[in-house]
Amino acid sequence: MADVLTFTDRGIYCAAGDFYVDPWKSVDRALITHGHADHARWGMGSYLATEQAAPVMRMRLGDIQLDTIRYGEVRQIGSASVSFHPAGHVPGSAQIRIDVGGEVWVVSGDYKVVSDGLSEPFEPVKCHAFISECTFGLPVFTWDSPKDVAAKLNTWWAIAAAEGKTAIVGAYSLGKAQRILSSCDPSIGPILTHAAIENTNEVLRGQGYSLPDTVRVTAETDRKAYRGALVVAPPSALGSAWARKFGATTTAFASGWMALRGVRRRRAADRGFVMSDHADWPGLNSAIAETGAERIFVTHGYTSVFRKWLESQGYDAKIVETDYDGESLDATDTSTEDAA
Amino acid sequence: MKRFASLFTQVDQTTKTLPKVAALKSYFEEAPEEDRLWCIAIFSGRRPKRTLTTPFLRGWAAEKAGIPLWLFEEAYPVVGDLAETIALVLPPATRDSDQSLTHWINVIRTLPTLEEEERKATVLDAWDQLDPIERFIFNKLLTGGWRVGVSQKLMTRALAQATGQDEAVITHKLMGNWTPDTTTYQQLIEADDPTADLSRPYPFYLAYQLEDGPEALGTPSEWRAERKWDGIRGQLIVRGGEHHLWSRGEDLMTDRFPEFTVTPDFLPDGTVIDGEVLAWADGAPLSFNALQKRIGRKTVPKKLLAEAPVILKSYDLLEFDGEDWRDRPFDERRARLEALVHELPSEVPVKLSPLVAFETWDALTTEREKSRDLNAEGVMLKRGDSPYLSGRKKGDWWKWKVDPLVIDAVMIYAQAGHGRRANLFTDFTFAVWNGNDLVPFTKAYSGLTDAEFREITSWVRKNTQQRFGPVRQVTPHHVFEIAFEGIQESPRHKSGVALRFPRMSRWRKDKPLQEANTLDDLNDMLRIYG
Ligand SMILES: [Zn+2]
Ligand SMILES: [Zn+2]
Repeated sequence: MADVLTFTDRGIYCAAGDFYVDPWKSVDRALITHGHADHARWGMGSYLATEQAAPVMRMRLGDIQLDTIRYGEVRQIGSASVSFHPAGHVPGSAQIRIDVGGEVWVVSGDYKVVSDGLSEPFEPVKCHAFISECTFGLPVFTWDSPKDVAAKLNTWWAIAAAEGKTAIVGAYSLGKAQRILSSCDPSIGPILTHAAIENTNEVLRGQGYSLPDTVRVTAETDRKAYRGALVVAPPSALGSAWARKFGATTTAFASGWMALRGVRRRRAADRGFVMSDHADWPGLNSAIAETGAERIFVTHGYTSVFRKWLESQGYDAKIVETDYDGESLDATDTSTEDAA
Repeated sequence: MKRFASLFTQVDQTTKTLPKVAALKSYFEEAPEEDRLWCIAIFSGRRPKRTLTTPFLRGWAAEKAGIPLWLFEEAYPVVGDLAETIALVLPPATRDSDQSLTHWINVIRTLPTLEEEERKATVLDAWDQLDPIERFIFNKLLTGGWRVGVSQKLMTRALAQATGQDEAVITHKLMGNWTPDTTTYQQLIEADDPTADLSRPYPFYLAYQLEDGPEALGTPSEWRAERKWDGIRGQLIVRGGEHHLWSRGEDLMTDRFPEFTVTPDFLPDGTVIDGEVLAWADGAPLSFNALQKRIGRKTVPKKLLAEAPVILKSYDLLEFDGEDWRDRPFDERRARLEALVHELPSEVPVKLSPLVAFETWDALTTEREKSRDLNAEGVMLKRGDSPYLSGRKKGDWWKWKVDPLVIDAVMIYAQAGHGRRANLFTDFTFAVWNGNDLVPFTKAYSGLTDAEFREITSWVRKNTQQRFGPVRQVTPHHVFEIAFEGIQESPRHKSGVALRFPRMSRWRKDKPLQEANTLDDLNDMLRIYG
């Protein structure tokens, strides 16, 4: 059977339907897994994404020609039939299933298998070939349950509030930020957000995603009047002049990398919460097993190690060079801030 | 173990002093006494010995985690720490344990007496009932070499607060070669007489560096000056007919320096002298290199003993006639020390570090400039009426070092650090120009701020030309000022020189690559200062 997808220097290409998935160079027709900047880029002739992903993409990419599709809806594009299925990564994120004459390939984009209570939960999709990320593709990454992470976050906030400090947590503006918002306990105190995050919140609230009430921080906000608040800001804002205006603060960073003590300690934040929008090691392995696929292509993360591991487990595994980023390790590097 | 794990979590997740001390204090108030003693031992570098070699541990961990060993080995450098890697790959524990820290340390200490199969069973059984942080601690104790982010000073402060004793008294009590096997918490901390242990040293008094000239110190006549010797700080104890020699790092060096075996025959019992151990011949100090050869040796061959004999250049008297003299003024201690040392026959390797006479600060400045010629690092200033304090305290003692030598060099190789710095490039190799070639001449690890290390790390990632294992060759671009204390000929190095205490003193972003120093400059320095 012919390959459904090929890997080109513009992106993942489907000849049967003459379209690309998450291309990184300009193409006529792009199918987009989710709205992060490394997957949904500017400059495509036309876009197809889920109804849930579309509003944030419009906000970020401006006036684009964007068509939408429901989860599970099948659409014929050329001789390929295409459908989108929840990837559990961020609100609106999808795996894209492409069926050409009975040969089924799935592009996962980014995914996580544990439900975060906000993103549409991951759905395993049977296929012959699965294109997977492996940002955390090493056996040292195993996430705590979202409930445990929420409890740690709330304890940290409550202690800061009791000490009269403002608790600032750094998180990417699409996905992680809303997860923090939906994990935190609003009875502890007011919740403030950086404009970069509140813009996304407004769009998501408009779509019906349930988020607690937040206060947008503007130049006029009297920041010291919110002692004991939780502030959610992009990682690059931690330690900036913007953050210093809050007076006495304690800072935290939420990322899968926080599972490593060395990374946690060198990060210039007081606390690190292990919270990721990507699958951990058990998650990657169970997701791949459930697809029933024999061929696996790994795109970004610990690709060479993970490929070798999959091979040892009997898969036909290959590495595909792409332009996708994993979860950025370097919070000070603002260029990749929202690429996750 | 749960209590200790919680203490560890609290001190590990903050860089601030107050919460660390508070967490330690409550541990010292609440934990069982035997656990307190082990906690003190661990945080003061008296860890249980390593009882297993790591290949066993790696294999067992991989097996238990259901992963091949090669995969474990791939993950290890990403984590940067073996104990942590093991803790992270293991499946969740199936049981819970309420056993104490002491219990687990005893388990670890019985391992060497067991057969291999039993050892494995014991370790796997432990892993299966410890939570991830407890496992990390258990593994750290198992593999040895654990550095916790708690200084002995913070621990001492917490103990002082928890027991209502003076910090200096606790510091003194914690010194010496005790282990949890030779004492109890009651004996060590609660008992009254810290000199009950004949070998126990006094805490060293450490001087601060004098940043601006001495003028701000006031009247010269109130101050005494000595040479600052470039040796090993040592405390010679003669008590009960025996002698002990301690280093500042609380290492017992008695056996390394057999020269001092004669001291109990000539110094009265109950004498403690503070001074500098120096390799010395023909009335002058030998280079630090000569001493270095002695430091590494537990036992000393005759030849080396003849080549690099040591003396104690003594400058203070802490105990006399069995009495603690530290509260007496420096001048009184010094007078007594001089009388004591003058009576010694010349074959006793205890000599006086002479005072440097000066009437004015200008005169002292001139004296300080002679330091390099005398193989000294600068001068020490001590107030004539000062007591002998413990630890690093500002005010009465100052070291006034000569300015370091500096050279501008080009960074050519970078290597990642260890542990906490495993994700940063911190170890660099520097080169000077030789015509159009760059000749490497030194490595340096310290001197940059955390922000600078992050900046250079991100630059190195983008400008790597080649990798040799962990070492990356980078594009020659950045010039750093390297400061160092001395320079010596060294045939082992490509450049022909070796530096003493090199560090990055400045990132010369203002300096173009071509203006870095040359091998000729380095050789000039060798001629003048080598
Ligand atoms: Zn993403
Ligand atoms: Zn991504």
